[in-house]
Amino acid sequence: MADIIEVQHLCKRFGEVTAVDGISFTVGAGEFFGLLGPNGAGKTTTIRMLYGFSPPSRGVIRVFGMDISRDWRRIKARIGVCQQDNTLDPDLTVEQNLILFAGYFSIPRREARARAAELLDFFALANRRSAKVMDLSGGMIRRLTLARALINRPELLILDEPTTGLDPQSRHQVWDRLEKLKASGLSVVLTTHYMEEASRLCDRLIIVDHGKILVDGSPEELTLRHVGRSVIEIGGPDQALRDYLKAHEIAHDDLGQRLLLYTPDGNEISTAVRDNFCHDQCTFRSGSLEDVFLRLTGRELRE
Amino acid sequence: MIIDPQTISWRFVKVWQRNLVTFQRIWKVNFITPLLEPLLFIAAFGLGFAGLLSTIRYAGAEISYTAFIAPALVATAVMNNAFFETTYASFVRMYYQKTFDGMLATPLSIEEIIIAEIVWSATKAAAAATIMLAVLGAFGYVKWPLGLLMIPLAFFGGIAFGAVGLFFTGIIPTIEMFNLPIFLFVTPMFLFSGTFFPVSNLPLWAQPLALAFPLYHLVQLSRLICLGLHETVPVLSVLYLALFSVIFILLALVFMKKRLVK
Repeated sequence: MADIIEVQHLCKRFGEVTAVDGISFTVGAGEFFGLLGPNGAGKTTTIRMLYGFSPPSRGVIRVFGMDISRDWRRIKARIGVCQQDNTLDPDLTVEQNLILFAGYFSIPRREARARAAELLDFFALANRRSAKVMDLSGGMIRRLTLARALINRPELLILDEPTTGLDPQSRHQVWDRLEKLKASGLSVVLTTHYMEEASRLCDRLIIVDHGKILVDGSPEELTLRHVGRSVIEIGGPDQALRDYLKAHEIAHDDLGQRLLLYTPDGNEISTAVRDNFCHDQCTFRSGSLEDVFLRLTGRELRE
Repeated sequence: MIIDPQTISWRFVKVWQRNLVTFQRIWKVNFITPLLEPLLFIAAFGLGFAGLLSTIRYAGAEISYTAFIAPALVATAVMNNAFFETTYASFVRMYYQKTFDGMLATPLSIEEIIIAEIVWSATKAAAAATIMLAVLGAFGYVKWPLGLLMIPLAFFGGIAFGAVGLFFTGIIPTIEMFNLPIFLFVTPMFLFSGTFFPVSNLPLWAQPLALAFPLYHLVQLSRLICLGLHETVPVLSVLYLALFSVIFILLALVFMKKRLVK
């Protein structure tokens, strides 16, 4: 699998602040790649450098084998970007938004019309084609933004938090469309705060914090490596449990009111915990990417 | 080098088209001002002022006061249309609608967006001038067919005022602060560029100041076209406006880029 994105020792400084601090990664053709991290970790900054919006302070970015600082126009012609902010034209209709945007890629008018119709169909917006963007719901705006990002038939789609602020129905609809696009062989780079979204969609992901990469792997690998197959959540843990965990050196996170226990499945420890320490508030569940994320980036608030 | 020639191509026309499509959506509203403004001024000055001041001496000729201000009205409309387009309207597109951010995810360059904004403001100014010309022509204040030259002149002047407007958009922190360049730059120009009275009526020390105003030169060229009269050398006015445009296009490029590239 040829790499379509190659990032080497990428840095971005804003005055005294180092937003991205020497990260390197690659994305293969056809891969659905996730870029996760808490607020201020440098996700959006990285993404903006990937599509040539911000120039890197240091490092190299190659997309489709070309250097973004030199061949930005040719690269941009072949990628689609769904930005975090709504950048649609509020005064124009749904269809006009797509057709004018196609113009920026020098797509002929007739071809643009055909593609717009096709994309509006795909994103279930065909019946709103003459509506003004101002009158659309949040979910429709996001779907239209996605449709617009696909108007140039990109080989790489870059998504910056595509489902933030959407209701569960809209979010599932977006996921469904993204899965279809993935099946068609499109390469995707995604940033998100929803671990469920990353687990479901990403083949591989990195978690970044303070501008550096913490881990790299598939969602399953990372969960197994950093959390384990199963987790026991114990509410109101007592001193006896804490002493027991300490004595047996069992991996856990003590959150005060709640204690998370990372144990291999069917292990004698989990049986022992179940028998001796689970009074009423005890949940047995499988490990998730969210556990990985919180273990690696900490639980304190950011911003 | 301030500008990389690779960043500027004819692609800017696509951004210009986007503005045209948005403009067409409310074209009726957009046309009301240039249609009514000259009528209001002619009514006020032609009817209300005529008793006080029937004729005025300009460039050695005796002309009616209304004929004197008519070309200046077109020139000030050019200034207002272009300047307000690249200040308030461009700022809204840049800051509130994030239109430029969206465009920068496409093969467009920042330079093309900036050039398109300036060219669009000049187009809008030329459209307004055309309508005003038709109204003023109907009252006999325009010499035909020479008067048609007002349209390219309006575009030319529009570039100068659009460029200076976009320069302010590049440096202004908030939209409310456009009051400052309007109060310090646009309003004095509107009043003292030989628009409502000849610059020769100003005290001697103030006359060179008026000559530094781009609007003064646009007014001079407008009178030349509409009345066939001039009190300064027209070529110098053309050169002054051209130089002013080049300087502020470069400044707009530098400061808008600084603002948009993060």
